Amino acid sequence: MIEWITLHIVEKYNFWIAMIIVIIGLTAVVVKENLLKKLIGLSIFQTAFFLWVVSLGDVGRGDILRTWGLRTGAHPILWKEAAEKGYIYMNPLPHVLMLTGIVVSAATTAVALAIVIRIYQKYGTIEEGELIEKELQFEREGVN
Amino acid sequence: MQLVEHFPVLIVGLSMFTAYTMLLVGFLDRRLPYYIALIMNSFFFILSLFILDYVLTVGPIRYWLGGWRPPWGIEYVVDAMNAYLLIIVISIIILGLIYSRSNVKHEIEERKHVTFYVLVQLMAAGLYGITVTGDLFNMFIWLEIASLTAYALIAVAGGRALRPAYNYVIMGSIGACLYIFGVCWLYAATGTLNMADMRLLLPLLYTDKVVQMGFAMIVVGVMIKAYIFPLHLWQPDCYTWAPSTISSMMASVHVKVMFYILIRLFFSVFTLNFIWQYIRFDILLCWLAAIAILAGSIWAIKQSNLKRMLAYSSISQMGYLLLGLGLSAFSYWGVVGLVAHILNHAVGKGCLFMSAGAFYQKEGLRQIKDCEGLGKRMPFSSAAFTIAAASLIGIPPTAGFASKLFLILASLDAAQYQFVVVLLLSGLLNLIYFWRVIDKIYFVKHEEATKREVERRGDGLPFSMLGPMLFLASLCIVLGFVWLSDLSTPLMNQILANLGVGGSL
Amino acid sequence: MESITPLLVILCPAIAAVLISISRNKPNIREVWTIAASIVMFALVLSMAPAVVNGAKISYTIFPTMFENINFGFRVDAFGLIFAITTSSLWILVSFYSIGYMRALNEHGQTRFFFFFCLAILGALGVALSSNLLTLFIFYEIITISTYPLIIHEQTPEALKAGHKYFAYLLTSGVFLLFAIMFTYYLTGTTDFIPGGIPALASATQIIAIIIFFCFLLGFLKSAWMPFHSWLPTAMIAPTPVSALLHAVAVVKAGVFGIVRIVCYIYGVDLMQELNLWLVLAIIAGFTMLVASFFAIAQDDLKKRLAYSIISQLSYIILGAAMVTQSGISAAMLYIPFHGYMKITLFLCAGAIMVASGKRRISEMAGLGKTMPVTMLAFSVGAIGMVGLPPVCGFISKLFLCFGAWELFSPYNWIFLAVILISSLLDVIYFFPIIHAAFFKEPIGEGGMSGSYKVKEAPRFMLIPLVITAAISIIFFIHPNTFYIYDLMKIAVGQLFGGV
Repeated sequence: MIEWITLHIVEKYNFWIAMIIVIIGLTAVVVKENLLKKLIGLSIFQTAFFLWVVSLGDVGRGDILRTWGLRTGAHPILWKEAAEKGYIYMNPLPHVLMLTGIVVSAATTAVALAIVIRIYQKYGTIEEGELIEKELQFEREGVN
Repeated sequence: MQLVEHFPVLIVGLSMFTAYTMLLVGFLDRRLPYYIALIMNSFFFILSLFILDYVLTVGPIRYWLGGWRPPWGIEYVVDAMNAYLLIIVISIIILGLIYSRSNVKHEIEERKHVTFYVLVQLMAAGLYGITVTGDLFNMFIWLEIASLTAYALIAVAGGRALRPAYNYVIMGSIGACLYIFGVCWLYAATGTLNMADMRLLLPLLYTDKVVQMGFAMIVVGVMIKAYIFPLHLWQPDCYTWAPSTISSMMASVHVKVMFYILIRLFFSVFTLNFIWQYIRFDILLCWLAAIAILAGSIWAIKQSNLKRMLAYSSISQMGYLLLGLGLSAFSYWGVVGLVAHILNHAVGKGCLFMSAGAFYQKEGLRQIKDCEGLGKRMPFSSAAFTIAAASLIGIPPTAGFASKLFLILASLDAAQYQFVVVLLLSGLLNLIYFWRVIDKIYFVKHEEATKREVERRGDGLPFSMLGPMLFLASLCIVLGFVWLSDLSTPLMNQILANLGVGGSL
Repeated sequence: MESITPLLVILCPAIAAVLISISRNKPNIREVWTIAASIVMFALVLSMAPAVVNGAKISYTIFPTMFENINFGFRVDAFGLIFAITTSSLWILVSFYSIGYMRALNEHGQTRFFFFFCLAILGALGVALSSNLLTLFIFYEIITISTYPLIIHEQTPEALKAGHKYFAYLLTSGVFLLFAIMFTYYLTGTTDFIPGGIPALASATQIIAIIIFFCFLLGFLKSAWMPFHSWLPTAMIAPTPVSALLHAVAVVKAGVFGIVRIVCYIYGVDLMQELNLWLVLAIIAGFTMLVASFFAIAQDDLKKRLAYSIISQLSYIILGAAMVTQSGISAAMLYIPFHGYMKITLFLCAGAIMVASGKRRISEMAGLGKTMPVTMLAFSVGAIGMVGLPPVCGFISKLFLCFGAWELFSPYNWIFLAVILISSLLDVIYFFPIIHAAFFKEPIGEGGMSGSYKVKEAPRFMLIPLVITAAISIIFFIHPNTFYIYDLMKIAVGQLFGGV
């Protein structure tokens, strides 16, 4: 039992934490009525996931990926042998990838915020239920 | 290294560069960005023709960015499939730009014109990028560029378009996130991001849960972007309220390029062997497609808004593509149908959205019931609408008939007879919802129509709107013969060979 | 034999359609295009006849398709040419007639009418000349689509409803046809018409062959076999020239033509007998013949009665093909031109009556023979031919049909002979009262006084074509080889049965 917990939970704590935060974010996206809160949820979702990918880069220490039965493959900057000789190093590629991802997520948030502002200007509210009601009202009045 | 081999990267790089130039030039004169975009994209079109010729005669182009060797550097790979898609994307973007000239004046405030064209050009750059790249992460960057600009372009219409645009941002971001999630899982397993390299490394890991999970993540992420059936909910509202130009461009090429990611994933990152032996995904995909085809059509029948109906029709047509993809595991005719339908649907749906936009611009109509007597008032747009609708229904000898024929043959070849029934039934459903409109346009008597007929001759639309529409409509018929004839056999054989599908025509 | 003539034949109506839409504001020039195209087309079709009579097959491949062994193109054999000659020769007459009709009634949307008329003719000719099922299907669907605007020409709600019904039936059937064609191709690797049937189909699983056959039958629903016939009487709401040429000849004959093609050139005589499909088809045909005749008796609207008469007569053709005997198939092939000419006479008369006197109902037609003698005489010729009495060509084809039934082995020969004869009697019952009323009864209502009739015929544009069709119906009796019809039939049957 202890072994199982060690193997699947303690050693892979980064996976678990990331997954929990991802689920928190997704829940917010789905459940919240307020458009801004949805957006916050989306950001949490994305960030949690970046966190996980960054943690993948840590191949030198506990060698989580090995115990997980994975191959880490050839890395562009440090050689494989370095890891085998026990040097502690981080694979920088996930970090680089996630740097790009963060930029993209910032851009997404900016676009979404701009749209939310326009929605507020147009409808006077950012609660989804009220928005839909207003839209139905427009539909009846024939306003585009 | 030949000159042609630089063209893919030239197209993508110059597109980005053009977009920023347009923004700067826009300060000088608001009309200039349009002309710059038009000229540059026409230039890209010529380049893409050279690329296709090179790919068909010599072989795939492999371009290493910055001279870095593939597993580490980014690689651009253009084979027959990309070259074919690249030509479609560029030509539809050009036609859309021509069409937008007077449409944009009508639907978008003037102060936004410069940014509108900049965003269109950026979206084009993103689409070209996805098309030519051979690197999974690079594909994500282009995917995001194409998506972010699409969010903004839908929202640019203002008013009712805003809420759908917001929904699209949320759904699209989740989709993109899942995509990059999947790519990272594959990276964790193989340590590479290059498609060709990954294809070599993956077969040993096909049974690995990580690889299978990564595959599933990417598929779901892309499915959101390509609004495949259960994940389509953001799409109808967006297409209904977006500017007509954008609806037309997105429905015809944006979604095709998104779908292209799936094709690459299936054929160039994984192999068909993985799809049908290790995860048994093919038949599931076919059933999903069957449901999408029928459900999309039935929803389309229920709509009263013209553009919304077309949007649901797109969902159903994406099902055709998905069916082709699913059946390709059994029969190479599936790939043929898929490849043919990519073009046919791009041409047909582009034309339909353009004419819907023309109806809105001239008559202010959005509802199907207002279409009465349009055939008299706007003869050319109505004719274009009718021909394109006939193509999507699959009436011979239009283009849609050919792709339906290929898909039917694929289902027969795969001994999956139920999908033949689905395809044939969907033709009838398409007929119901399109014919409802055509009946209104031409055949229902309308008193006002005869009165208004005297006021003007023709459509009262500039040639810049009619030209692209009529060109696409005529293409619907010409393509019908091209696909039936053996003219396209060399291209198809090359695509089949490049995608690693057995068999040839 | 390679020749470009079939392509030219198809191009005639296509070019005419384009020219018509260009000169839409000049009615006279527009009509010239229709007539010129019809005459040129007939000449081209007839020019192919001598070669075909000598046993040649004129083929022209437009392009090879992506599918192996299927070429998009034409191959003119004797049977196809019979249908082509029938349609193209009648088009000349009907185009004169329709000009007169449309102008006399001052109809709206005449350009649209002539445009789609040309397209429908294109479809019919394409069906006649096509070399394989896929080509045939494309042209067959062109007929379906282009007939829709003609049927709903009035644009009234009833007309639209009729059009929708027409579409619902025929496009659904097109789906079955497409399925059957693709399945045939999948099974046999070819869709060419081969006299005596595709050999590979005989080696297919029996049950699949039977299912495909039924799909083909459903696919060729244009032949209006019962119980899927109700689109045809509804579609009679179209203007009379449309009903005449398209519903009496081009559309429904395309369906029947397709069934004969399937029976003789896809399945072949042997397979039909082996799978007992001939019996199924013959029963359907016999049932339709009798029931449709009863329906016809009950109709009061002249065009409706003619519509049911078509349904009944089409089944003669199907029956002829279904019997798969030499005389039966000869009868089927002869019936296509003969019935076309006789039925078109009747329809043209119905239209002329409507234009000249405004009468649609049979009960109003008493005494019509005195005001419109020529029209009613022509009508009588058509009706006599329908019944199958000399001296009209219907006699010959019915005689062949009876021979065909007789060649069957007993007891079927007695049964089908009886069906044919009973049906002929029913024909008498629903046609002769009209003639009797027209010539020997006093008109009811206005006037009513004898001796005060004024001859008031339809416009000459309409009268002359119907006289010509009536005359040709008689000429066919005297000289069945007019337009090479009889020779072509002999060649076609000879190819099927290996020499007469």
